[in-house]
Amino acid sequence: MPKLDLKTAGPFIALVAIFIIGVLVNDAFLSSGNLSNILARSSFIGIVAIGATFVITAGGIDLSVGSMAAFISGCMILLMNALMDSIDSMVVIIILAVIASLGIGAVAGLINGLLTTKAKIEAFIVTLGTMGIYRSLVTYMADGGTLSLNFTIGDIYSEVYYGVFLGLPYPVWVFIAVAVIGYVLLNMTAFGRHCFAVGSNESVARFSAIHVDRVKTATYMLQGVCVAIATIIYVPRLGSASGQTGILWELEAIAAVIIGGTVLKGGYGRIGGTVVGALILTLIGNILNLTDAVSNYLNGAVQGIIVIVAVYLQRGAWRRD
Amino acid sequence: MSEEEHNIVTLSVKNLHKSFGPVEVLHGLDITLRGGEVHAILGENGAGKSTLVKILSGFEPLSSGELLLAKGGGEAELLTEWDNETAERDGVVLIHQEFNLAEQLTVAENIFLGNEIKGRLFLNKKAMRRKAQGYLDILRSEIDPDAAVDRLAVSAKQMVEVAKAQAKNARVLILDEPTAVLTQQESQILFELIERFRQDGVAIVFISHKLEEIEQIADMITILRDGEMVGSYPASELSKDDMARLMVGRELSSLFPQMPALPNEAEVVLKVSDLLLPGNSKSSSFELRKGEVLGFSGLVGSGRTALMETVLGLRKAAKANRGTIEVRGERANFKQLSSARDMGIAYLTKDRKGSGLLLEKGLSFNFSLFSLHKISRLLIDTRSEAIAFEKAIETFDIRMKDKSIVAGNLSGGNQQKLLLAKILEAQPSIIIIDEPTRGIDIGTKSQIYHFIAQLIASGHSLILISSDITEIIGLSHRVAVMYHGELSGVLEGDELDEHEIMRYATGLKSKSQNNKLQQNESETSGISNAQA
Repeated sequence: MPKLDLKTAGPFIALVAIFIIGVLVNDAFLSSGNLSNILARSSFIGIVAIGATFVITAGGIDLSVGSMAAFISGCMILLMNALMDSIDSMVVIIILAVIASLGIGAVAGLINGLLTTKAKIEAFIVTLGTMGIYRSLVTYMADGGTLSLNFTIGDIYSEVYYGVFLGLPYPVWVFIAVAVIGYVLLNMTAFGRHCFAVGSNESVARFSAIHVDRVKTATYMLQGVCVAIATIIYVPRLGSASGQTGILWELEAIAAVIIGGTVLKGGYGRIGGTVVGALILTLIGNILNLTDAVSNYLNGAVQGIIVIVAVYLQRGAWRRD
Repeated sequence: MSEEEHNIVTLSVKNLHKSFGPVEVLHGLDITLRGGEVHAILGENGAGKSTLVKILSGFEPLSSGELLLAKGGGEAELLTEWDNETAERDGVVLIHQEFNLAEQLTVAENIFLGNEIKGRLFLNKKAMRRKAQGYLDILRSEIDPDAAVDRLAVSAKQMVEVAKAQAKNARVLILDEPTAVLTQQESQILFELIERFRQDGVAIVFISHKLEEIEQIADMITILRDGEMVGSYPASELSKDDMARLMVGRELSSLFPQMPALPNEAEVVLKVSDLLLPGNSKSSSFELRKGEVLGFSGLVGSGRTALMETVLGLRKAAKANRGTIEVRGERANFKQLSSARDMGIAYLTKDRKGSGLLLEKGLSFNFSLFSLHKISRLLIDTRSEAIAFEKAIETFDIRMKDKSIVAGNLSGGNQQKLLLAKILEAQPSIIIIDEPTRGIDIGTKSQIYHFIAQLIASGHSLILISSDITEIIGLSHRVAVMYHGELSGVLEGDELDEHEIMRYATGLKSKSQNNKLQQNESETSGISNAQA
């Protein structure tokens, strides 16, 4: 009989436990509206966190994702509004914006990657810098206020967030697709192995004929693309972007990754755990909304406790080995 | 009982068993360590030496059995609470194979780490410096107590460890392969030191793979094999041959296999010309022929590893400095190891733990890392990976408790075999191996030599970097010797002699690459012409 591995099963057990608490707290918790809302909301952080799983597994960190999301939102909105004059088809405009979004995400990731690998600056510092840059750029683009998407496009584009397929909102399907691709990429391809190796010991990776710089840069680009995908489904939700968009996403994404069992210092990562981590974070927020027992304002505190407890349990499980 | 006598302790284990999980690794050891004795522990990699010393020094709990400590002539006391702290309080100090120093702190700070001399409120730095200097003086060491440890050479770090043990007033001093990182001269200083500790009544536990050293300094020898006691013997009763035989459990017929002769007209498979290492004025050139073992000898730091790593693109060299590299007549300029690998070259690093294996990853993960390109299209073919791994375990005789362990839990010799399996899985035709047997027991050594002979017999070509001259002479067809970052000569035939190699390695002799005389020694010129 395979022994129960606390490291692997832990996050999942926690998810089930929190879910049960949700059921006990409020009858409305189990309504299909609420459940699909939870799933849709966790998609944003979840998709970003899947990218972060690659970065962290390969020994890096990306703090710029939240402001990158805000920046890409701003660019998409400006682009779509500008194209209104020259292109008649709203769908074409949206597709162009989506392509642009993915491109900006990839380039932003490339910049982070090259600065860490070629300029040899610590990832923490590079992405702290780009975090400030993107955040300030979007504030500048919005002139300190809010960028709003043209209503005509917004109506059509909103389908991407609110549309439903087989009972699940589109963002959830996107989340599932990104998670499955991420899982295959990390666990079943040479690239995934290389991420583990680079995060585990760069020197060994280099002596194993792995292109360390290329692998690291690729993880940042993947992260950028994931941020772009999350932004593509996020923009139609509000139809606007401002300096406040995507604030603290980086911390929530990193929290989801860590709760899921990925090791912050690199070398070990779990996509399945990250998905569970993202769901746990959203569930907590949702349950606090549904109960009076704990103030909703304490959401961040509860999430913080969960992160610390999760890591404590994982460490404990290691010691016993 | 005088104080002197009270200072002498006897530490013994009775019927000691140790298990990791369900696997028992030590099966009932009975060893007595007496003050004033040097007790050598001998055994192949994986025999259980390291586990034993970790238990003695309180870093690992024992699973069953007894630990007894007798002070002076007193009664032996059963040690029930034994951890690192209590062990050090009783004067049992372990000097790890990999040192345990805080790299950023100074020598003096390290010597008193956890043992600081305090004034009323703050640390008494002056007193610590002065006492540290005193300990270092006893060691006749010129290390500056204020130097940062990360600036020190390995041998100096070892001295700091010994000084630290003095500061802890060691009564049982355990040295786990202390000479593996020392030069012969430094080893001799260490031995004098051990002798002084011995006269002082300290019980010394000494682990080494070098049988000559054990013959030189040990009073008692305990031999372990696969976690079992072979026995404890007075050193005077054992010859080196006895030690090797008892350790391996069989006669070692020949350490070195018969090497296939090098055909006269063997084609040149690797040709390096005019490669200049940074900071040097003279370039190096050499050729490797098909079916040849080309030894690379030289003192530690003579640039052998740097030379190979530059050839392979693992170290950056200005383009002009790399000279020209030809692989089977084809020009190559490797910027990444993968391009060298794709031309059929593999490199076995000497830094097994730092650059060779991912210690916290599984065995099969490590095994396929260098040759993943062969088994992955879009996805990795895990089935052929598993088959190849099983085959490698068999071919290379990699022994482990359990296939699911991580590489760091393999013994040193088995790690080396795994590393060899890893680089050979890419099926290279040119293999560069750097110190393949350092820190490895004699049985595994012999196995590795036989692998090398098999590779040569099947048409591979090999460059062997080694600081062990017997190994170089025993295996190589020709020997290139490096001195101060440049090739001082390529020796063959009758020149393959330990003293001759040392002359080139120490700069007494040198052959010019361009058929010009570099050193004014008449005999050199003759050889140089013959070489051309």
